[in-house]
Amino acid sequence: MSAAAPLAPPLDVERLRADFPILRQKVNGRPLVYLDNGASSQRPLAVIDAERNYAETMHANVHRGVHTLSQRATDAFEAARERVRHFINARSVREVVFTKGTTESINLVAHSFLRPRVQPGDEVLISWLEHHANIVPWQMACEATGAVLKVTPIDRRGELDLDAFQSLLSDRTRLVAMTHVSNALGTVLPVRQIVALAHARGVPVLLDGAQAVPHFALDMQALDCDFYAFSGHKLYGPDGIGVLYGRERLLDAMPPWQGGGDMILSVSFSGTTYNQLPFKFEAGTPHMSGAVGLAAAIDYVDAVGLERIAAWERTLLEYATERLTAIEGLTIIGTARDKASLVSFVLDGVHPHDIGTILDQAGVAIRTGHHCAMPAIEFFGVPATARASFAFYNTRDEVDRLVAAVTAARDMFR
Amino acid sequence: MDLKDLYRDVILDHNKRPRNFGRLEPPAFSARGHNPLCGDQLTVYAVMDGDVVSDVRFDGSGCAISVASASMMTEAVKGRTRAEAEHLYAAIHDLLTRADAPSPPELGKLAALGGVREFPARVKCASLCWHTLQAALQGAAVPVTTE
Ligand SMILES: Cc1ncc(COP(=O)(O)O)c(C=O)c1O
Repeated sequence: MSAAAPLAPPLDVERLRADFPILRQKVNGRPLVYLDNGASSQRPLAVIDAERNYAETMHANVHRGVHTLSQRATDAFEAARERVRHFINARSVREVVFTKGTTESINLVAHSFLRPRVQPGDEVLISWLEHHANIVPWQMACEATGAVLKVTPIDRRGELDLDAFQSLLSDRTRLVAMTHVSNALGTVLPVRQIVALAHARGVPVLLDGAQAVPHFALDMQALDCDFYAFSGHKLYGPDGIGVLYGRERLLDAMPPWQGGGDMILSVSFSGTTYNQLPFKFEAGTPHMSGAVGLAAAIDYVDAVGLERIAAWERTLLEYATERLTAIEGLTIIGTARDKASLVSFVLDGVHPHDIGTILDQAGVAIRTGHHCAMPAIEFFGVPATARASFAFYNTRDEVDRLVAAVTAARDMFR
Repeated sequence: MDLKDLYRDVILDHNKRPRNFGRLEPPAFSARGHNPLCGDQLTVYAVMDGDVVSDVRFDGSGCAISVASASMMTEAVKGRTRAEAEHLYAAIHDLLTRADAPSPPELGKLAALGGVREFPARVKCASLCWHTLQAALQGAAVPVTTE
């Protein structure tokens, strides 16, 4: 495996780019500038090799066979779980449930944690910034139980209104579910304060970490949240694998959410005994090569260093913000003081969808639309935005290519 | 592929100055169209005089392709019979999706939409207004989506 060798700061971006085969191509005749990392990031060779190595040398079903390959697969899968535990500093591997991604992690909590404990009139508190994955599962649970969804407002910068949050926390609040970083605007939420305020009222907290995990080091014990959800494919890992971290005491008390193999200890027609944590929540054959790939992605990110990643991404964000702001007619949507490395923007007289096509012709990949966060985008009175989201492998030259293409779009529509 | 093929001057012009933009009150027929992928929303209004589309307008918001397509559509179908409008719709559909499609002379300005074919992600933008018009003419109350 070619884990990234330790580098002296600052990041040697050109060298790291060589680890990402997909970046070496031309799109529409121009070298690809990939600025859609918020939707899904690219995989280094180390991840591709790890998945391949798993398939070539150890694949069999996990937790099932006495034969050697099954043992190897089980060891690799459980080693991946330990790797995740260490990465997020959970107390125990029993707190690390593999899922297919953030969406499934949140649905699991909605189904097994929330539904059994709410009465009509109880409340779930989210924010205006949420991705649909952290809205719809709660709406469904509320509809089924008579609970009520409450939404914490944001301000014109796209920051959470903490005073409003405090006053919305009530005796009826059964769960706070908030994003750690907004995928549509880039806002980093004050999660420590959110957790402290909620816990002071005895309310558990779920954090949607899909957009946070690629950017900063995480420590579940320090953060003290009750659930944390994220996806492998936004962390330079494979798609189809994700994680639900859950506080052991809570997971233990929750009923399973899907039934099947692996999640049981014994089955008879008079009753079934469920398996222990975390297997209770992993019914069926899991995504084993995905877990192995995720562990390799974590190794890679750790070797590059999340602190150095954060520093370089901050440089890119500042540079992109400065250069985009200078384009006449361009407005940045989401100007929080604490922001992850993405820029959402609109351009006078040019619809984001047209910007997306024009940029694509220039080899620049961005996302346009509502980013699965319609309330957050509509708050700003626009139907859609264009969004450039940066990873550590992006360069200042790529920001220049973005700016040139956006300028060309504006000129075309003059 | 050339961007100038997609964004021809006539398209840029109709985007900037959409014709027949605005609403018509009932008894005009109307239908709402929505493209969830890009957030395009438009409503098409039509007044029928017997079998003839005597007035047609649209409003809403969308990308240049969907706005220009809707604007050109209103110009093209005003004063036509229902059958003629349906015929145009079929011709547009071919133009947007079939590489070998002939460009019949009755398309007129609408032929400018031919460049959209090279940009598959944008075909729905150009066809949304036509689906919506059809729904309006059928007096359908349900919103149209391109999904
Ligand atoms: C903030 C946020 N939450 C949840 C999700 C859903 O993640 P996934 O589609 O991997 O389940 C995303 C992905 O776009 C996201 O950005």
